[in-house]
Amino acid sequence: MIEVKSLTKRYGSFVAVDDVSFGCAPGRVTGFLGPNGAGKTTTMRVMTGLTTPSAGEVLIGGHRFADLPNPGRLVGVLLDASAQHAGRTGREVLTLSALTMGLPKSRAEEMLELVGLEPSEAKRRVRNYSLGMRQRLGIANALMGDPSVLILDEPANGLDPAGIRWMRGLLKGYADRGGTVLLSSHLLHEVEQIADEMLLIGRGKIVARGTKEELLARNNHSALVTSTDNNRLAKVLGAAGHSVVASGQGLRVGATPLQVGEVAAHHQLVLTDLRPADGLESLFLDLTASTAREGVEGADR
Amino acid sequence: MTDLNYAAPAPAGGGNFSLDVSGVQPIPFTRLVRLELRKMVDTRAGLWLMISTALICLAVVVIALLVGWRTHSQLSFDNFMFAVSIPMSIFLPVLGIMAVTAEFTQRTALVSFTQTPSRMRLIWAKFAASVCVALVAVALGMVIAAASAIVSGWIAGDPTEWGFRSGQILGYFLGDLLAMATGFAFGTLFINTAVSIVLYFVYIFVLPPIFGLAMMLEWFRKLSPWIDFNSAQLPLLQWQMSGSDWAHLAVSGSIWLLLPLVLGMWRVSRAEIK
Repeated sequence: MIEVKSLTKRYGSFVAVDDVSFGCAPGRVTGFLGPNGAGKTTTMRVMTGLTTPSAGEVLIGGHRFADLPNPGRLVGVLLDASAQHAGRTGREVLTLSALTMGLPKSRAEEMLELVGLEPSEAKRRVRNYSLGMRQRLGIANALMGDPSVLILDEPANGLDPAGIRWMRGLLKGYADRGGTVLLSSHLLHEVEQIADEMLLIGRGKIVARGTKEELLARNNHSALVTSTDNNRLAKVLGAAGHSVVASGQGLRVGATPLQVGEVAAHHQLVLTDLRPADGLESLFLDLTASTAREGVEGADR
Repeated sequence: MTDLNYAAPAPAGGGNFSLDVSGVQPIPFTRLVRLELRKMVDTRAGLWLMISTALICLAVVVIALLVGWRTHSQLSFDNFMFAVSIPMSIFLPVLGIMAVTAEFTQRTALVSFTQTPSRMRLIWAKFAASVCVALVAVALGMVIAAASAIVSGWIAGDPTEWGFRSGQILGYFLGDLLAMATGFAFGTLFINTAVSIVLYFVYIFVLPPIFGLAMMLEWFRKLSPWIDFNSAQLPLLQWQMSGSDWAHLAVSGSIWLLLPLVLGMWRVSRAEIK
């Protein structure tokens, strides 16, 4: 439903999004995962026509976003919950959206109820909203036109645990009814429980993709090991034909823990820690560690 | 990793990968204008800009009436129109500026331009809404001025003095619309409320005395009517426009109104919305 084709966005010499291609299918929640500044927001801004790409294009259901008639009725968008006029009330924000889309004002009330904003909260001005309340308001705005596609940038940001659970149920139900959901996050645990598909992006490039199981499967021949002599252990593991990279206090080895243990025993090395390097967390950190941006600012804004 | 990821199986019942837009009507322009009018008054800032302008206009005519009463001089409709036109000439450009820049300063453009991706349509809707407000404001100003002239005549015990030519009404409307439109053009060009307002006031208050000084230069005296948009509008308010006055208005207006507007529209249409 969403097709990103060879998308590239350059800012001067800096490449924010580098030849990215992916698709999002109806009935699925696609999680767009990456550290801050990896290019998630830029990709989503191109999708919604706010940023012009340097190369490539994005089609939504076969259309360019800018060509959609009354896009609010087709594609629900939440890019930044704080991008609301601080002086408008929550109800007014939703009423403006409802009227723009050609919906009755009562639709704003329905949406307030759906996202759990109380009438007393609805008449407060957005300036007095917590981030969590702004996020709910933004989700209400995105769902307003009963769209077939949802594009949400960091929607769980600022929500409390109950709010995150609520959103998970909401989006799950939405996808089950055939909707297409793309949501981004820099936090793995927000995404892994809700996303059917995951896209990992680092420094403007897609570094991995697939279902949670697929991503884990490609990672099950990997162990984390620490010994009293890491240098020697690395050498002998390398000699045994396993890939070895330094990881924190120890080593990440492209072998099962059993294989690592056998090699260590053979060379009479003392291990202080040996465990399978499973879990998406380590995969996520691993895949994005080399591409995480340290000391470089402003890429995701 | 260049494979397009359609590995995801379509959901049971067959997923449809194309979006059917045939049942969705485009957003009519009139609806956009109506909503822009609403956006001008649904915040305290917008509402009070209008209320305070109305109050200042009232205060100005009340002071004029008091002065007329103490000095036993009767003021005409024309006098009151001039009095009211001063706060108007500040309010209308600020209105035009804020209609555009509020979206960017408050970052609502992020929502507005995703709901209305045709940026030009949205900006023209803002322009149309600003024109509507300007017309109503000038008409209200005239009602205030007319009522004041009647009161002034009644205080003096004489018939009301109007002292204006009918064409002047048109002149006031045109002049105020030009002021609003110039502010609007500055707003699109600078996309920032504070910068636009400051530069507009530089243009309207700082530039004229500088032009006045420069008049000492022979060559500038010849050039000045063609580039001084402020002065070019003065005969408009008196509705004494000669052929060369219209030419001056058109040429100087191209510099201060049309050029910023065209550049501004180009900028807004290409700007990355953040």
